[in-house]
Amino acid sequence: MVGVDDGRRRVVVTGIGVVAPGEVGTKAFWELLTAGRTATRTISTFDPSPFRSRVAAECDFDPQAAGLTQRQIRQWDRTAQFAVVAAREALDDSGVSGVNDPIRTGVMAGTACGMTISLDREFAVVSDEGRKRLVDDAHGVPYLYDYFVPSSMATELAWLVEAEGPVGVVSTGCTSGIDVIAHACDLIRDDAADVMLAGASDAAISPITVACFDAIKATTPRNDEPESASRPFDLTRNGFALGEGAAMFVLEEREHAIRRGAHIYAEVTGYAGRCNSYSMTGLRVDGNEMAEAIRVALDRSRMNPEDVGYVNAHGSATKQNDRHETAAFKKSLGDHAYRVPVSSIKSMIGHSLGAVCALEFAASALAIEHSVVPPTANLHVPDPECDLDYVPLVAREQRVRTVLSVASGFGGFQSAIVLAEPEWSRG
Amino acid sequence: MTDVVVTGIGVVAPNGWGVAEYWDATLAGRSGLGPLTRFDSTGYRAHVAGEVNFTPEEHLPGRLLPQTDHMTRLALVAAEEALADAGADPTTMPDFSAGVVTAASAGGFEFGQKELQALWSKGPAYVSAYQSFAWFYPVNTGQISIRHGMRGPGSALVAEQAGGLDALAKARRHVREGTALMLAGAVDGSLCPWSWLCLSRSGTVSPRRDPQRAFLPFDADASGGVPGEGGALLVLETPDGAAERGQHRHYGRIAGYAATFDPRPGSGRPPGLRRAIDTALADAGIGPSDVDVVFADASGVAEQDRAEAEVLGAVFGPRGVPVTAPKTMTGRLLAGGAPLDVAAALLSLRDGVIPPSVHIGRPAHPDLDLVRDRPRPARLGSALVLARGHGGFNSALVLTS
Repeated sequence: MVGVDDGRRRVVVTGIGVVAPGEVGTKAFWELLTAGRTATRTISTFDPSPFRSRVAAECDFDPQAAGLTQRQIRQWDRTAQFAVVAAREALDDSGVSGVNDPIRTGVMAGTACGMTISLDREFAVVSDEGRKRLVDDAHGVPYLYDYFVPSSMATELAWLVEAEGPVGVVSTGCTSGIDVIAHACDLIRDDAADVMLAGASDAAISPITVACFDAIKATTPRNDEPESASRPFDLTRNGFALGEGAAMFVLEEREHAIRRGAHIYAEVTGYAGRCNSYSMTGLRVDGNEMAEAIRVALDRSRMNPEDVGYVNAHGSATKQNDRHETAAFKKSLGDHAYRVPVSSIKSMIGHSLGAVCALEFAASALAIEHSVVPPTANLHVPDPECDLDYVPLVAREQRVRTVLSVASGFGGFQSAIVLAEPEWSRG
Repeated sequence: MTDVVVTGIGVVAPNGWGVAEYWDATLAGRSGLGPLTRFDSTGYRAHVAGEVNFTPEEHLPGRLLPQTDHMTRLALVAAEEALADAGADPTTMPDFSAGVVTAASAGGFEFGQKELQALWSKGPAYVSAYQSFAWFYPVNTGQISIRHGMRGPGSALVAEQAGGLDALAKARRHVREGTALMLAGAVDGSLCPWSWLCLSRSGTVSPRRDPQRAFLPFDADASGGVPGEGGALLVLETPDGAAERGQHRHYGRIAGYAATFDPRPGSGRPPGLRRAIDTALADAGIGPSDVDVVFADASGVAEQDRAEAEVLGAVFGPRGVPVTAPKTMTGRLLAGGAPLDVAAALLSLRDGVIPPSVHIGRPAHPDLDLVRDRPRPARLGSALVLARGHGGFNSALVLTS
């Protein structure tokens, strides 16, 4: 993605839809964050007793109340249900439906885990709970292929917004939410579309997901204190709390949005992704690749480090991440790293894998909209190695003109994206 | 717009291991389809596959084996061939100047089945420490980037069988915005009992047992597709960038691309394939009469074949362009199929010959100039590659010499 002032097409956010842990909807999400409340709890959707980590941030999602039909509830995996419900809210919020030209409209959906809950459940059925390797064709729901390919979710979203332009899924593990928005912005800037419905969804609180993170001790075993289990940048942190959710956005070419008088939350000014080429799960302590992604994203935004008003951190609450990320901020932002507020909303909504950086993008846009920096909850005992201003416990009312949001994921992916208030220009 | 060319190709396919073997087999009309041997297909709805069987220990370091799905191992082999073919070693290039974009469809499903079985039959403690990434959609991007020191942009796209072309287009974009070298495409496939069940529920897989009769696109006896595994990875650079590191040879340009989506069934609006072709040609700055060969999507599902044949007739006129489907020799490789077609198209441009489609005995569309059974020599300056994905995805890519 190229920079903001290069005479090329620009991209703005005109609609936001959220399904987050706790109550569904953007309003409830923002209230949770700004109150510094947490949505982590003991896993309720299956018996977690055989697992090492039994805590997760769950969405209080009632598909019927959210407007889905019985057929949709039966057929669609929870990940697709989240995506569609969030997309409807984003479309209503933007008022773009009916105004958009189908052939100039596209969809990009992000996900790390696709239709995991359904695949986990259906495998148990067709294999008779793992007893048979030669699974039985007489069993299993008819929708197995839609669970096999996560692109089925993009199809439902495309039909919802009547998109006939570029449609697809971007999947880069835990950076999916940033990378999918960046890819959608690129498509608008390249003139392949004027309107993109983009965002990410993951509902993967299932036995296989919990087991695979147990196996590498990535998730928190703080089972006796579920509400305060996720403690980014805190000395007592011991892993991330699994989460679930979705955030979808209407991204629009700036002139297209202005012409129809749309409310503009923010402009997406720059983005970059880099690979660490080091390990599928590990991070180098120096944070070089994330620092490079941040530098390039700022450069493309025509911003200096001092222009960053708030850093929405990855803050997963693993020791490895928190130190890696802190080093990357210092390396890319210099002294400004010590002055700019940095916070992790994963302290409140857990880590919903591919979806979470879309939720963080929503929080970033809302921070600009409402002039509030959300806090890092559960941060009582700062890790001496993490010595930045992480906005502990309490939200801060202050004007936020620009936000840098970052993510780090399995596969070695490091991503950074920059948002600015609609009328932002360097003072 | 900056030219982006292909300087290296890596291939693993059911009918050939590596570019040379694949191309020899494809020109000779040798099919890689056969009875499924990975497991007993009795009781399943499909029985023929395009398998790539190999001894991974002979090609990959032992430490990679416990953490990789079969399709990832194939991808690592193809990546190595593509970079060697381009004469490129990313570890010697400036930092962050090489990246990877692959396409996926369902991830490492076979690895996933093994772990799901361990979970359900023995318990959570028996799930592999590698499960968290070995199955996931961008696993090939991550593993290739690690193995070859590629620290630039990395991503994975999913659009069922169309995503492979989208990945090449995304890589082209990264080269245009300044990344010196991108490795892109897809190697995919999954032939375990669990994926076989999911695949057969798509309703697009042939139930026939005869490998010569199972996959007959554009034939009056079409009965669906045959799943296979494999694909291609390509090295993309600017001609100047390649020349700077001493590479002056290239296979051709990624000249045009577009992706569209079909409207919801019953909407009354036209499907998107035609618009994908028109837009990709416009992006390449050429017209239909400049296209010398079309590598068709060729689904093997009669209704989809008809739709594709009609679009080709409308764009190019009756028998207006030679059309071929070498995938009749490999099966449909999920995300890997379209990049393999791109590799075949580039080799066609190089050699001035169109590879054949095989086994098609009763062509159903007389207006289609289908290249059958024998390769056809031709002066080729450009090729169009088409891919469609289940659910409404259409992608078109234009290559020029």
